[in-house]
Amino acid sequence: MRTTTLRGRAALAVTALSLTVLLGACGTDDTTAVADTSDTSEASADSAAEATADQASSLSVEDPWVKTAESGMTAAFGTLVNTGDTDVTVVSATTEASAMTELHETVDADGSMSMQQVEGGFVVPAGGELVLEPGGNHLMMMDVVEPVEAGADVAFTLTLDDGSTLDFTASGRDFSGADEEYADGSDSDMGGMDMDDDMDMGAGEDSTEAP
Amino acid sequence: MSAADQTTGRGLGRRRLLRSGAVALAGAGAGWAGSAAARAADGAAPPAAADDVLTISPPDGAETVPYLGPHQAGVATPPQAHLVLLGLDLVDGTDTDDLRRLLRVVGDDAARLTQGEPALSDTEPELAPRPSRLTVTIGLGPRVVDELVPGDLTLAPLPSFSTDRFEEPWGQTDLALQLCADDPTTLAHARRMLLKDTASFATVRWVQTGFRSARGSQPDGTTMRNLMGQVDGTVNPAQADGDFADLVWADGPGAFAGGTVMVVRRIRSEMDTWDKVSRQGKELAVGRRLDTGAPLTGTAEHDEPDFDAVDDNGLKVIDAASHIARARSDDPAERFLRRGYNYQVHRDDGTDDAGLVFTVFCADAERQFVPVQRRLAQQDRLNEWITTIGSAVYAVPPGVASTDDAPGLALLEES
Ligand code: HEM
Ligand SMILES: [Cu+2]
Repeated sequence: MRTTTLRGRAALAVTALSLTVLLGACGTDDTTAVADTSDTSEASADSAAEATADQASSLSVEDPWVKTAESGMTAAFGTLVNTGDTDVTVVSATTEASAMTELHETVDADGSMSMQQVEGGFVVPAGGELVLEPGGNHLMMMDVVEPVEAGADVAFTLTLDDGSTLDFTASGRDFSGADEEYADGSDSDMGGMDMDDDMDMGAGEDSTEAP
Repeated sequence: MSAADQTTGRGLGRRRLLRSGAVALAGAGAGWAGSAAARAADGAAPPAAADDVLTISPPDGAETVPYLGPHQAGVATPPQAHLVLLGLDLVDGTDTDDLRRLLRVVGDDAARLTQGEPALSDTEPELAPRPSRLTVTIGLGPRVVDELVPGDLTLAPLPSFSTDRFEEPWGQTDLALQLCADDPTTLAHARRMLLKDTASFATVRWVQTGFRSARGSQPDGTTMRNLMGQVDGTVNPAQADGDFADLVWADGPGAFAGGTVMVVRRIRSEMDTWDKVSRQGKELAVGRRLDTGAPLTGTAEHDEPDFDAVDDNGLKVIDAASHIARARSDDPAERFLRRGYNYQVHRDDGTDDAGLVFTVFCADAERQFVPVQRRLAQQDRLNEWITTIGSAVYAVPPGVASTDDAPGLALLEES
């Protein structure tokens, strides 16, 4: 557990597996997407609705959850599902539980994983989905002001690039698997955040070692 | 036959193989499904397996037990091969809202895992898709019912019995999670996920693991054997019986309707002294034969025992102090579902500790279970070789109709 190499390897494995999960899930959801196309065309007949609610009406969040936190930073995860026939872009997220919330991606910089704000928002492909998960994309709660407790509901609002919004509630979960523990003061440079190179949260001694 | 086949061992094995092959062919066309259906049609009394023919259907890891329904699964569910029973204590200061959140989290992941889906924040999702009939059954201990559940539900701790010889740590806990599955890997994963869910709410006092024969090692529905070698579970309410529901499911109060009460007794079998008893003595102690499980007055497992029959010397064939004579009540209400598992663990003193995680489900423990346990404590030949080392009782809330709900939540809404 304390060997950086081992944990690093485990982290990579998780990322690879997540990809498999994503692909597998896409396969099943395609059917839903096809079945729902008629709904979408019906909606677009109503041009007034299109401007305000069209993108949001074809987007849903499945299995949303938030990693519990007393304060500081944490993140929310889930699967964004787009049943529409155009791509949907999430441009921002808000929750009362956090003073600031960002859309983050995790990137591999020279073998060490770090996260940063995603440029251009989260694009959810037409008839497809985007998985938010530890070690990958996530909704980053930068400053938790209302403690997130296990089993409690946390309300979020996503704003899409057409201005429409989508509300959802995520369930708090204790989680110590990957991601989301960040080095002290790492909220400094370039709006990006370096996290532990082994992507493991938990042990405080690791956090202090991180850049 | 080749030369190799003529060695006794190989030859025998080969013959057995051919015979079971013939059985499989007899059902050809329908294949495994056919043989499974044939067994299902036989209902409660599966064909006594002839000693040289074994029909084994491949265990199906994809098989699921419905999570939604009027009752929690894992009670009337035909017992799976493996048990993990978790005894949890709520942390100090837990209030009703905390309990609500705990039930939500556990219920939500139980709904997923039992249906072969990963837990919500599953770190090993690859371990989820073979649920192997996984069930998760949530029970609330007397302290929780007393202090955190509003409304009229009550749950008295069991009284003490003269044969109680309790050892740490097997006592009453605030909560019990009964996990059962045919696959121990599935169970290990579910156990880990659910303990992650409860980690911020509760501490683990004990874990009782148990087992029956592997799924597929004998036809489904075969009565289990305990580690004393006995056929154990012959006389037991079956779902097909008209009075099963009355015996097992509570009709209230309020939102507890459809719930049940789980009694857990950890009972050690004193195997070293049991070993010294003659076969006849062993059969006398229970009142049933070791080989078939038939009553000493009968020839087949499900023959009705004749408690009045006497032998040439005028002695009762089934001793009045035998386990089955003492365990059977004249009052038909004093019955319950036994759904126990064998346990075997190694002790620090270098010996094995084996016995039963003796689990009972009934609508009302005081009315149904306590009188029988009291009578057995007073007198039961088997008592010489069994020791009750743990005891607990839990209110098992009814099932839920939607995954938005969780077992027990409705009880907390009552005022
Ligand atoms: C290690 C402990 C025990 C062992 C090894 C054991 C074993 C057995 C065996 C072999 C039978 C006969 C087959 C059958 O009908 O299942 C039996 C029957 C039964 N046992 Fe036990 N038993 C144990 C503890 C208990 C306890 C603690 C209770 C209840 C308080 C109990 C209640 C019964 C009942 C109700 C029957 C059915 C009696 C009838 O024929 O109506 N047993 N047990
Ligand atoms: Cu982040």
